[in-house]
This record gives sequence, C-alpha cells and structure tokens, in this order.
Amino acid sequence: MQTPAPVEYAKATSIADAISRLEALGEDSRPVAGGYSLIPMMKLRLARPETVVDLNGIAELRGIRVEGNELVVGAMTTHADVLSSAILFEHYPIFREAEHVIADPIVRMRGTIGGSMCQADPASDLSAVGSALRGNAVITGSSGSRTVPLREFHDGPYETVVQTGEILTELRYPIRPGAGSAYEKVERRAGDWGVCTSGVFVVVSGGVITDCGIGMAAVNADHYCAPEAEALLMGKAPTEENLAAAAAAAANEANPIADQRGPADYKRHLASELTLRALRRAVAASQGA
Amino acid sequence: MTAVEEVPTSAAGNPIGFGRMVRKEDVRFVRGEGNYVDDVNLPGMLHGAILRSPFAHAKINSIDTSAALALPGVVAVVTGKDLEGLGLAWMPTLSYDTQAVLATDKVRFQGQEVAFVIAESRYIARDALELIDVDYDPLPVVADAKKALDPGAPIIRDDKEGKTDNIVYEKWEAGDEAVTDAAFAGADVVVTQEILYPRVHPSPMETCGSVAHMDPVTGKLILWTTTQAPHAHRTVYALVAGLPEHKIQVISPDVGGGFGNKVPIYPGYVLSIVGSIVAKRPVKWMEDRSENLMSTGFARDYHMTTSIASTKEGKILGVKVDVLADHGAFNGVAQPTNYPAGFFSIFSGSYDYPAAYCKVKAVYTNKAPGGVAYACSFRITEAVYAIERIVDCLAQELNMDPAELRLKNLLRPEQFPYKSPTGWEYDSGEYEKTMKVAMEMVGYDELRKEQAEKRAKGEYMGIGISFFTEGVGAGPRKHMDILGLGMADGCDLRVHPTGKAQVRLSVQTQGQGHETTFAQIVSHELGIPPEDIEVIHGDTDNTPFGLGTYGSRSTPVSGAAAALVARKVRDRARIVAAAALECAPDDLEWELGRWFVKGDPERGKTIQEIAMAAHGSLELPEGVEGHLDAQVVYNPPDLTYPYGCYICVVDVDPGTGQVKVRRFVAVDDCGTRINPMIVEGQVHGGLADGVGMALMELIAFDEDGNNLGGSFMDYLLPTSMECPDWELGETVTPSPHHPIGAKGVGESATVGSPAAVVNAVIDAIAPFGVRHADMPLTPANVWRAIQGNPIRTDMAVE
Repeated sequence: MQTPAPVEYAKATSIADAISRLEALGEDSRPVAGGYSLIPMMKLRLARPETVVDLNGIAELRGIRVEGNELVVGAMTTHADVLSSAILFEHYPIFREAEHVIADPIVRMRGTIGGSMCQADPASDLSAVGSALRGNAVITGSSGSRTVPLREFHDGPYETVVQTGEILTELRYPIRPGAGSAYEKVERRAGDWGVCTSGVFVVVSGGVITDCGIGMAAVNADHYCAPEAEALLMGKAPTEENLAAAAAAAANEANPIADQRGPADYKRHLASELTLRALRRAVAASQGA
Repeated sequence: MTAVEEVPTSAAGNPIGFGRMVRKEDVRFVRGEGNYVDDVNLPGMLHGAILRSPFAHAKINSIDTSAALALPGVVAVVTGKDLEGLGLAWMPTLSYDTQAVLATDKVRFQGQEVAFVIAESRYIARDALELIDVDYDPLPVVADAKKALDPGAPIIRDDKEGKTDNIVYEKWEAGDEAVTDAAFAGADVVVTQEILYPRVHPSPMETCGSVAHMDPVTGKLILWTTTQAPHAHRTVYALVAGLPEHKIQVISPDVGGGFGNKVPIYPGYVLSIVGSIVAKRPVKWMEDRSENLMSTGFARDYHMTTSIASTKEGKILGVKVDVLADHGAFNGVAQPTNYPAGFFSIFSGSYDYPAAYCKVKAVYTNKAPGGVAYACSFRITEAVYAIERIVDCLAQELNMDPAELRLKNLLRPEQFPYKSPTGWEYDSGEYEKTMKVAMEMVGYDELRKEQAEKRAKGEYMGIGISFFTEGVGAGPRKHMDILGLGMADGCDLRVHPTGKAQVRLSVQTQGQGHETTFAQIVSHELGIPPEDIEVIHGDTDNTPFGLGTYGSRSTPVSGAAAALVARKVRDRARIVAAAALECAPDDLEWELGRWFVKGDPERGKTIQEIAMAAHGSLELPEGVEGHLDAQVVYNPPDLTYPYGCYICVVDVDPGTGQVKVRRFVAVDDCGTRINPMIVEGQVHGGLADGVGMALMELIAFDEDGNNLGGSFMDYLLPTSMECPDWELGETVTPSPHHPIGAKGVGESATVGSPAAVVNAVIDAIAPFGVRHADMPLTPANVWRAIQGNPIRTDMAVE
C-alpha cells in the first residue's frame, strides 16, 4: 500500500465555493477532479498538497451541449461521457476515437476532461485533440471568467496558464460543417500512455482543403500542435503526396526525447506515420460527409 | 477435447477422483473473503516501513535518525549499525552468498534497505522515513553486466574479504566441450546469435510482507508471511537468527500469487522479526508495489551467445551456449545447491543430437538481487528460449520451414527414457504426435499459404513455433537440496470416524488450486468425495516438513506423496475391512471407495464404514493400530518432463511496429491431468506471462543504476486486450515413475510461450532481413529491427 503524506480534504459545493477555497488556501492547495493523476502522484509523494479541494460535487461543471456554433463540454465531464456523447461524435468522431484508447473503462468512469487538460501530461490525448480542433478553455476565478485558446493554454509539461485561485470550467470547440476527423495512437499496451499520437480534422470543399488542424501528443510538439504542417495543407488538394508532405512537416514540429517507450527517431517517424494515417481517414470522412 | 475417463460423481456433483470441478477455494476468493498476510491484525500491532537507497552504489557516511525518532507515534528506528550488534546486519542467501539486511558500509543497488522504522501506524512509519538523514557518497556504478569485468570496474562486493572483481562464479559448465567442438567442426552450417533474456519481474498481485509476533511470555515466534516455502523458511530463520526451531511457527495464509517471488527470505521479513523482539509487540511490514518491483527477486538477466551446427539438410549436430549471467548485487537465487545456473543445462531441448555444451559465468552488478523467479523452472525458461530461438535462426539460414526442421530433429518415442547430452533423463514423450496435433489445430499449411499471399500484398503476418521440454519436480535428495535441505516432501492423511478426511501438505499454494487438486488425488485413491477432504497447508505447526511450492514441484513431489499416503491408508483400511468382514485381507478386492470380498461383491465395506470401524470397538489383528491415518515422505526418483508444442500467429504493422497476437495454440503434455480445468487455468496464466515478457515486460537500468521499471506505469503487464482467445489442446503421456503418472505443469506455458511469440514476430518481419531482436518486442523495438537496428533492451533506450 502506498501512503500519501498528511493532507486535508475539502469538498466544494459550487464553482464560487471552489474558487474561494482555492484562493484562500493558496499555492499549497490543489483542486482534485477524477483523481487519476493527482492521487497516484500523492501516493508516490511526488505531489504533496496540504489540502485537496474536491470538485466532484459541482453539478454545473458537468455536461455536453451545443451553444451557437460551439460544442461546450463542462470541465468535470468524465471520459466515459465524452466517449459516449452522440453530440460530440456527430461533429467530431475524433473524440470517441481518442477516448477509446485512453486508459481503461475504470479510469474513464471517474477521470475528467478538465482534469486531463489541467494535468497537461505531455502524452495527454485530449490535449492533442483540443489543440487539433483549436478549442478554447474557459478559466474562472474570483474576478470572472477568461477564455484562452488551447494553443496558448500550456506553459510547458504539466504546466498550464490556470493560476492559483482559478479553475478550468469549460472547454469550447468550434463546429465546422463538413469536417472529417480521426485519431491515431501507438501504445505499448492497452491503457498505456501513447508513444506518439496524432489527431486531425480536415474540411475538404471544392476539391481542396479549406480548414484543418493537427494535434500530436507525447512528442513535445509546442502546445500539442503542428501549425506548419497545417499551413502546407491549406488550399491544397488532398492528394496522397500533399498529405505525406504535411505529415513529414508535422514530424519536424515534434521534438521527441528517448525514453522506455521508444527512441527519438522512432517517435519522430511515428509523428509522420500517424499524422498521415489520420489525415487519410479524416479526408475520406470529409469527402464522404 | 479433454480425454478424461468417466468417473462417478459425488452428491455435490464433483468427480470422485480426477476430472473437472470448480475450485473449492474460489468461493472465498470471489467473495473477497480470503485471508492474506495484510489481513492479519493483532492487538497492539505496530507497523514497519523501510527506508531505501536512492543510489545504486554509494558509501554511507552516517545515518541520523533523531528527527524520525522524535515524530509522535514512532516507536523505534533500526539501522544496520544496530543490527551489527545483534549479528544480523547480514544474512545468508539461498545460494550461500550473503545479503545485507540493512546496509552498513555502503548501498549496492537502488532500493536497497537502509533503515527500518517501527510506528503506531503505517502512515506514521512512512512519514518518519522522510525524517531520516542519510549522508551518502555516490560511487561509480556497474549497471551493464557486460562491463562488470572491465579492468577498473568498481568492486561491488568489497564486503567479501579479498574480493578484487565482480565475479559470482567464473565458470559452470555442462556437456562435453571437445565432442561439441568436433561436431561443429564437421558441420555444413553453423549459426551463432547473441540472445538476451532480459530481466523481468514476477509481479504477484499481492506484494511481500509479514507479521511477526515474538510472544514475550512463551518465547515463541509466530510469523505470518508471504512465503511459498514455509518449512524451509522456518529452518533458515532458526539457522540465521539462532532462534530455536521448535519455537518458530511460520504461517503462510492465502497468498496472492508467487511465481517464485516469494521463495527468498527478504530483509523485510527479518526486520519485522527484529522489530517484534525490540518493541515487544507484533510488527507488520507490507511492501508497496514499487518496493516489490525494485527490491525483490527478479528473474532471468541472461546474456546467451548461442550457436547451432547442422548438416545442410537440416540435421542438427550440436548446440553451444556461452552465458553471461547478471545476478545483481547479491547472489540471491533460489535453486538446488549443485546447480548454480539452475537447470539451464537442459538447453539441448527436444531434439536428437549428441553434442551439447554450455558454460556460464556469473557477475555482480549494482542491480537488485535475485535471478531465479517468475515461473522459470530453475532457468529452463532461459534454456528453452535459447534453443527455440536458435532453431528458428537455423531454419532461416537453411531457408527451411521451422516446423519441418523441428519434425526432422525431434526425439522419437522409442528413445525414451532419453539421456540427454548434458545428462538429463527425460522420462516419456511422444513429441512428433504432440507437434502434429498443434499444427493440425492451428491449420499450419493454410497459414503458410495465407502468409505468402499477404506478403505479396505488403502485409506481414508471422507464425512462430516453440517446442519445449521441461524438467520439474525437484528433486531426488541425493542430487538436489537448498541450503542442505533435501527436496523431499512429507504428507499426512487422517480419515476421521465419519469418513471425512484431512490431508496435510508441506507445499503451499499461491493460487494454483491445491485445496482442490490434492483433495482430488486423495479422492482418486480412496473414493472419498473431494468435498469431504480438507487440505491443510501453509502452517509449519500443522503440516509435515517439505520444501514448498516452486519450480512446478507440487504435483510431481507432493502430489505423489498424497497418492502414496492415501494408498497407505487404503492398505490399512483393507486390514480393518477384513477384520470387520471376518476374512483375510488378501481375500478382498478394491473398487473405488470400497473393499469387497473377491467373488462376492455384495459383501464389502465402504471407506466410510471402515473409518468408523477403525475408530470403534472392532477387534483388530495383533500389531495393527486403530484409527485410519498415515504419513509418508516422498523422495522423487527423478524429475518429471512435461513438454508441449506452442504455435503463435501474429500480425505486424511495419509502419508502427505494433504486434497483434492473432492466435495462440498450446498443446501441453503434462501426463495425467488431475483437474483439467485447473491445468487449463495454469496454462492460460502462463501464456499471458509469455505474451507479456515477449512484448512488453522489462526492468531496464540506466548507466547510473536507476531502475526504469519501478511501477506498473513502467513495468507493463499484459491485459486481456493483448491476449487472444487461447486455443488449448493436449496429449497425455504419463510419467512412468510418478504414482499417478502426473507431471508438473505450473510453469510450462511461461517457459514455452515467449519463444513462440518472438519467433512469430521475427517470422513476420523476416522479409526485411531480420533474424533476431531481443525481448521485449515493443513497437519501437520491432520498428527498429525492421530498420536493421534493434534496441538493446537491458539498458535505457537511447
């Protein structure tokens, strides 16, 4: 049995309650969502907050809805709810594809999208999806809410722009009619973090790509995205040659480091290979839409 | 599928004797009502926690425990210095080496035990560890076994007087080198391959732990502990600690998996005993998952340069293996004394050739101690992997189908009992028949056609075969002992007046189903329903002496003991029945559960009637004692030799290196099957082990000796997602020297399956010019192998 250091526990009853507690407790407190990252880190004593503020009782942080031309996902929505959401699937099958390869059903029942985004693990699947879709984060503090593009959400590995006394409350993704999307991941075993992942959306209109996004996890791409590869595709016909060129460019935007999941050359290769595979499927889906 | 004789069934619907029945122990396990060491809670019990070294090699200058002692709730802090005063700072390993209980001079691997805190709760004990201040001077590290013998390599075991190198043993050899060299000299084809069997960990679901209770009033030590060998442990504690053996009771309650991990004696067990003596209160110590992975008995770590010689037609002429064995910082392997490399010398495998030779050199490194664990049958795992891999390399060199090459060389039935070129005597086998059953089941020829068609389309599937021969059931006392304790096992059987029985075993289950299997053995011999037979084990005060459960030895050794003790009771029952029936014992004939008068089957007594009569007022012949019980000690005449043929089919994605195990056919021959369902369960578990070792399990180390597999995020175990629907088959070739013809099976699948998986993957990517890559075949490693640059898997990936 792994034993965490002494810790106080507080259960927040509303967004305002959570924020006021976190603000009052300061840097030594941490909000806890599903707990699948924070609690293990506490048990290994890699994290030792003095107080954890539990967000699980805040109903208003849960749910998936369409608002105008945006998909809105509450930060405390579980992976399982994202996985099974018909609304998300209708607009972006990438959500379901990514969720299918995140951890296992037990973790997905409690783990949340907001917790995953804020943990900002370099291998975070939903961070890659969010950056691919150019979504936005709504961050709330005592002075109100601010909206930050997900491509500006991270300050580095495990670091985000969410400040002490703030919580991530919503994720918003623009709806793009006619978009196709896909997610590709190589993992050493079911439930493992990715060795490399790539998620894309593509809108093909009039025979050319009119919009696209490429996200990658586990390969140290800045903000989990590949903007230079996207630029190569804009206005181009979705030919195999053009897709391959973009995939190669995406690999150049990755900065993988060697670890027990694999050497850097392999991860860079995967960035290209998986991006190409995802692009092919997303293009086919958009053209079929 | 399973050829079991029709047997009568009991009122409860169980077979009387052999056959499928639901495990008796499962009810409590599936209800969460098992009783494990961590479930033991005694009044006044304290909790221990171990401070472990963050360094792989470092001098200890000083240890300051004052802040920890000042933490409320801390009762004591024990260091190596304290143990030195008691003569307990070092303990013997099961291989006549020594191991530090708590480090005194320096630490020799990351995770080594440095101090022990005893506190009122587990949390306080853990908090106190952070308050202990150890002043270390880091030393140069030997993490790479290949560099352990470099000139100038730091000397790890400078605690041993005069030690000037890192050699555990210089050379252990088997077979005839000159004969083998001659065979190689005359061969058309010689293939050599460096093959690494990397370090893996048994990872039982339950980690190791103990509760020690030294009763200050009676002077008796009761130790509840996670052990596969309670009696051997009792004796070792007596020898090490100087405690009188009759005042030690070792209790191994329900054990949540062992796989060899729970054979050694760990410092934590000793520390709980010391703690209980110091504090005069019971002390519990349970390690956490990372402690288990980083400090307890690992397995393998064998670098095997393997060569095979053959004619150009594919007749094997000889095999040679040159092994560099990495034993970690202390030689903590558990194996029979005369076999420092375990049973590795059985590497000549299942084939008919006269020349085989191996030599093994073992070294110390700054890695956790261990070496024989994880269902390896004393290193037959390594042996089978080496021979089955090199046979495939030869097939590739000869451009011959690996099935054809094996069929050409398999031992033939008339050669049994077969004396191998390294001195083993295989008891029985019909190898070709078993292999053909496997090939038929998998549809071998069709698969090869499919493979050819797919390759033409740029799709890569592979078919891998492993034909293994095991030697299990250690062992004959005159050859096999551990720390001088002969590997024979006792068994007691008592039949109560109402015909219900208790059988007491020296071996201890860790989930193998002994409570069912051994009841069925007694049932088979006496006709008492298995639900009426209680199996008692795991408590040294209540069971006969024996060496415990590992190396697939329970059925070959204790299973034989159980059959023989039941036969002894049956003979006694005959005398009692004869007295009751007023006839001579020789006039009686046995049928299952009953002695009856020859030629007059109506006149007879059931075993239950006989049991009551044996305890009653019936006058027995002079010299015949009453009651119905017996005891035996079984000293096996030899090992039993289970074998099998495994065929694995994989699909490989060359763009990502991902491997999908599509099918796995396993045909096992373990002789008589007592409970086929339990056998199949054992095989399922072992096959999952094999897939895990072949594709993902790994404890690598970086140059600084940091353990890179110290959690389940890093040390990956396979899940159902990686396991195909196992397809099992069987042939039955009974062991001629075992009382019921059974052979051990617990480790067969773990031993046999890794080679099948690896051979399948290499077969799939052979068109890229790949002949070998070391386990685990992670996606990265497979992709790199395709690029011609496979990963070195015992060190950090670069």
